Amino acid sequence: MKNTVFLGTLAAAGLAAGFVSAATLDDVKARGELNCGVNTGLVGFAAPDANGNWSGFDVAICKAVAAAVLGDASKVKYVPTTGQTRFTALASGEVDILSRNTTWTFSRDADLKFTFIGVNYYDGQGFMVNKALGVTSAKELDGATVCIQTGTTTELNLADFFKVNNMTYSPVTIETNAEGEQQFLAGACDAYTTDASGLAATRAAFANPEDYVILPEIISKEPLGPLVRHGDDQWADITRWAMNALIAAEEYGVTSANIEELSKGTENPEINRLLGAGEDNLGAMIGLEKDWGKKAIVGAGGNYGEIFAATIGESTPIGLARGLNAQWTQGGLLYTPPFR
Amino acid sequence: MSDTHSETVAYVRETMLPQATPPASEVGAIKWLRENLFSGVLNTILTLVGIAAVVWLVQAALPWFLHGVWNANSLPECRQIIAETWGEGAHGACWAVIRERWNQFLFGFYPSDLYWRPVLALALFFAAVAPVLFTELPRKLLWGSAFYPAVAYILLWGGSLWVPISVMAGFGVGWLGLVAARRTNLPLLGPLAAVLLPLIWWLFLAGPVAGMLEDIIPLGVEEVRSDKFGGFVLSLTIGIAAIVLSLPLGIVLALGRRSDMLLVKALSVGFIEFIRGVPLITLLFTASLLLNYFLPPGTNFDIILRVIIMVTLFAAAYIAEVIRGGLAALPRGQYEAADSLGLDYWKAMQLIVLPQALKISIPGIVSTFIGLFKDTTLVIFVGLLDPLKGITDAVRAAIEWKGVYWEPFIFVGAIFFVFNFGMSRYSMYLENKLKRDHR
Repeated sequence: MKNTVFLGTLAAAGLAAGFVSAATLDDVKARGELNCGVNTGLVGFAAPDANGNWSGFDVAICKAVAAAVLGDASKVKYVPTTGQTRFTALASGEVDILSRNTTWTFSRDADLKFTFIGVNYYDGQGFMVNKALGVTSAKELDGATVCIQTGTTTELNLADFFKVNNMTYSPVTIETNAEGEQQFLAGACDAYTTDASGLAATRAAFANPEDYVILPEIISKEPLGPLVRHGDDQWADITRWAMNALIAAEEYGVTSANIEELSKGTENPEINRLLGAGEDNLGAMIGLEKDWGKKAIVGAGGNYGEIFAATIGESTPIGLARGLNAQWTQGGLLYTPPFR
Repeated sequence: MSDTHSETVAYVRETMLPQATPPASEVGAIKWLRENLFSGVLNTILTLVGIAAVVWLVQAALPWFLHGVWNANSLPECRQIIAETWGEGAHGACWAVIRERWNQFLFGFYPSDLYWRPVLALALFFAAVAPVLFTELPRKLLWGSAFYPAVAYILLWGGSLWVPISVMAGFGVGWLGLVAARRTNLPLLGPLAAVLLPLIWWLFLAGPVAGMLEDIIPLGVEEVRSDKFGGFVLSLTIGIAAIVLSLPLGIVLALGRRSDMLLVKALSVGFIEFIRGVPLITLLFTASLLLNYFLPPGTNFDIILRVIIMVTLFAAAYIAEVIRGGLAALPRGQYEAADSLGLDYWKAMQLIVLPQALKISIPGIVSTFIGLFKDTTLVIFVGLLDPLKGITDAVRAAIEWKGVYWEPFIFVGAIFFVFNFGMSRYSMYLENKLKRDHR
């Protein structure tokens, strides 16, 4: 990275042409830094603070991977990506992993040649309306004007939902979430639709949140997860299991408070394998240190539940309930394969 | 003659009347109002509608400005303060977001202990362009201006001092080549050496030489990478670099388009029409996305540099057409006069044609520059954090500031206005100074 704007470019073009990098792990280690594609700004999921330090639910994945691979959660270069640039940034190698509230779909997995390493947030599209409207169900929205972001899957879901239920609507197209809020508050549309997590965050920022209700219907499946390029299975394994480590940690009761204690060795062999405290060295199988799992959990700022609570959970202004994102033992969908 | 009046009128006053004040409707404010605002039925109606619109706007916006809150840590706190001070339901601006995050709007993620570097770079920029803009200053200062790009690069990006030095040395290599070639008396060798030698230097030698010198004498300042750039540091870096580079390129293209040489003309026309035919966003996407596919993986072609190149090419095509307008406006006699003096093409252009053509083109050139500077906000589409949308969205993504809408736009808009208004005033100054009309 000592190369500079003027020279490095042309010189590197000639030199690098020879070897196509398949081993992302080696690249990241050589670089000493993880390039992580994130949202340019999404409340609770990815946002820089006044000093330019990124934090959020998606950002925690970047930190976990960086900590597992490099041993330091701060060795991340955050690359802000837009809806248009995110896939190219990943495909071209500009980022090593994309952790940007991206819906896992068939075509993105197969046609765009990406590997989704799991789901870190199960989302779904919902509706928000003014309480004064007196609507209690999305099925009562016949003839409503709906604020909808253009060029997104939500737009298609909306059309499907109204068609299936034999209703009509008139769309008010908006470009960004901030614009949608303005339009909705100004009364330009009866209902505002986007992912339920986004609705909750938007409602939380209103001057009078109690005047608005989020309708119970969720009309689509939006499994959001991090993704990497096709063709480097080792890297996919590393990132997948770094995320799974966070989920497993919650399941086994490993928290940022007791992790130091537990990593000295416990009665539970599963925890020992996760934290690298026992005989088994899982890290060696994916080219990492023995205590990679511990580093990932510490680097991310705790287990899945702790991250959730700190960034988007019920104690934050966004106030999302765990819902589908609870552990399988709690009636949710989070279920990590065993660390064995 | 003396008794003419005695036959026509009975009495002729022989003393002057004292001057009376003009009627009230013909002086002062009332006269001005009658002439300018109420001179007819249509104008009266338009005036009343205009006043109503202004009153409505002020009524709607003024309380919002007056209720502004500067000291708060979050939007809910702002709202609480406004509700406490001005009563429930009052609206007000939450300027606290600007107070808290102004540094991000101006500097992006640039390290805060190094803020002096972009500020100094901007100050030095004004010092460097002063001799170009104001001819009263001594001409020798232009030599200082020539080294400004290297200084600005070091200040903005930092890193090894040897890099810009070795890049600048490329120009020296070209000049040496030119001097050496002149001794040989081969006519084409001079220009060829002046172009090829620096290219060879930059492509193959400049990097290793800079690295070698860095190894011998390490000399440098803390490096700041492009991903730390954002806000107005980014806008001004791209804007100023593109403005400075696009003017000479535009002049060359304009001359090329009017050239008699078929190849030069065809290339110029093709370039100008292609660039003008596609939107800037297309070029930015090309720079950011398409190049990634064409260049070998792992190539580290700085994104800001790519954007500067694309914006420069885009602006150069427009500048070329503006200048072509200036060239076309010159009477044919000027060209013929230059020829009859025995001046060759370059001398004729330099001494007679271009000074006049550029003078005519000033308003158009400055318009293009202002447009270019504002277009730098489009870089958000390639993931760079411009001040208008990139930084604003990033700030809004913080939970404490989610929901602020107008305040960042107004702040950023005001700063853009200052820069653009400054450019506009300078162009008017220049037009007045260069006025040679014999009226």
